Amino acid sequence: MTQLALVIDLNVCVGCHACVTNCKQWNTSGSAGPLADFNPYGADPTGTFFNRVQTFEVGKYPNTQTVHFPKSCLHCEEPPCVPVCPTGASYKRADDGIVLVDYDKCIGCKYCSWACPYGAREFDESRRVMTKCTLCVDRIYDTALAENERKPACVLACPTSARIFGDIHDPDSPVSVAIRESAGYPLMPEWGTYPSNHYLPRRKTALHIHKDELQRADNPLKIDGLLPKPAKSEPSLDDVMSW
Amino acid sequence: MKPAFSVIFLTTLIGAAQGLFLALFTAQSYVLFGLLPQQNEHTFYAHGSLVALVFLTGGLLASFFHLGRPERAWRSAAKWRTSWLSREVIVLPAFMGAIFLYGLAHLGGWKLVLATLESGVVIDASVVLGAIGTILAFALFVCTAMIYASLPFLREWHSPLTVINTILLGGASGFSLAATFAASGAPELMRFFAAWAFIITLLGLVSRSASLARNRRLKPKSTVQTAIGIKHPQIVQKSSGFLGGAFNTREFFHGKSPSVLRSVKWGFLLAAFVLPALMLAAGLWANVPEALPLAFAVQYPGLLAERWFFFAQANHPQNIYYQAVT
Repeated sequence: MTQLALVIDLNVCVGCHACVTNCKQWNTSGSAGPLADFNPYGADPTGTFFNRVQTFEVGKYPNTQTVHFPKSCLHCEEPPCVPVCPTGASYKRADDGIVLVDYDKCIGCKYCSWACPYGAREFDESRRVMTKCTLCVDRIYDTALAENERKPACVLACPTSARIFGDIHDPDSPVSVAIRESAGYPLMPEWGTYPSNHYLPRRKTALHIHKDELQRADNPLKIDGLLPKPAKSEPSLDDVMSW
Repeated sequence: MKPAFSVIFLTTLIGAAQGLFLALFTAQSYVLFGLLPQQNEHTFYAHGSLVALVFLTGGLLASFFHLGRPERAWRSAAKWRTSWLSREVIVLPAFMGAIFLYGLAHLGGWKLVLATLESGVVIDASVVLGAIGTILAFALFVCTAMIYASLPFLREWHSPLTVINTILLGGASGFSLAATFAASGAPELMRFFAAWAFIITLLGLVSRSASLARNRRLKPKSTVQTAIGIKHPQIVQKSSGFLGGAFNTREFFHGKSPSVLRSVKWGFLLAAFVLPALMLAAGLWANVPEALPLAFAVQYPGLLAERWFFFAQANHPQNIYYQAVT
């Protein structure tokens, strides 16, 4: 079994939105039709995106961390959006685990979006159907592309390599190694959806110095200085040697 | 959640129709077993079935306005094994068919005797059709309610009370509708329907209040900490990732102030339960028979408000990702 997924490293994401724009560019140019954009230059623009980068501030000034948080469909292993679909338009591919919407079967009832706790699905107002991240299924198997380009558009666009793509069921894939060795975690584990996409936490390299390490206990210079000074009446080295 | 008016009308209209049908068949069963005097109510049952069908058709039409692609609605019967919505799509027309045949059986005066009980009670075609319709009416209540109650992370909905409320609220409105309708068609049955409407309305008040009390005590399972996976008591969203609106900022927010929500809550408790119960009681026991047919006219708008509040109160966990719209 294969389960394709993204692993997103929050430690290196700089929040540049390159994944968002490349996702939009690729998916609006495909055979499935453009992702709607309404009023793009007006006061209240709106449109369909499969991927968003949000920003959170963790902590209280001055001890704050800015966390850029990319969010797209997590391609859950137990996707709650799939069984609720009345038409079967929403489905999970058995061979690679990608959760997809068949745009020709979708009736646009929006029930799947209610059933997704992550808000990963967006109703496309011009096509009148539900849309979502496809993991660039029309790219990753395209043999016309060079092999290193058969990756989702967001992964290719990321300038800091914060996005890793691969099979999380293969224990030796880069994504599995990253999850295992860099503490990858799923979002909202409380709902039992088993998201395939994982996130790598912020990591701070901290050096812990204990107080006793600040002074070298066996410093010879300090040892000499600490030796008791002999009193005037004590026998000197000369006295010892003149016998 | 954003209250979807198409769905609000669908649920309230078909709920009233289901209740009305149950009321008709209850009356017929009472007559059948000699608990109500035998009269010639066949045309009343036939016309009542027609009224129920009109309500069901209205609900069905309203539901189409919820769809992005209504021309593909027929596809929605496909996944009945997993989807409660699909099951509702199958049961609703089946129920309409049963009512149609039930009404037809009464209109045509079909006296086809299928069985005779030992006590001498004659089971004819209309009784069998009515029993099938009753099963389908309850099946439809369950399907409609489970669409909401089956979503675990919409915790305000994920409760058996959602199913109980749907049945009781639909039943209450259906019996008061039956009382209204009986005022012209079969005045001798009006008090019977009104008494049941009074009882079911009070039961509905109890169960709806129970779900309000339950929802008030709910603690969110998902927090911003579990949503982004960072353990810190103080996390503030600074950007949703876009300047304008999006599906995610429209579909899951009701956009009204807490005071509006509070007024709607008290409004529907009054209009859907307290006032109709008082009117029915006045009609039944205080010699104000004019109040009986009016109860439904007050109760139905109350139930519309109840549905609106039902949606507005549900807090979707995806909203955690959209606290700041910048």
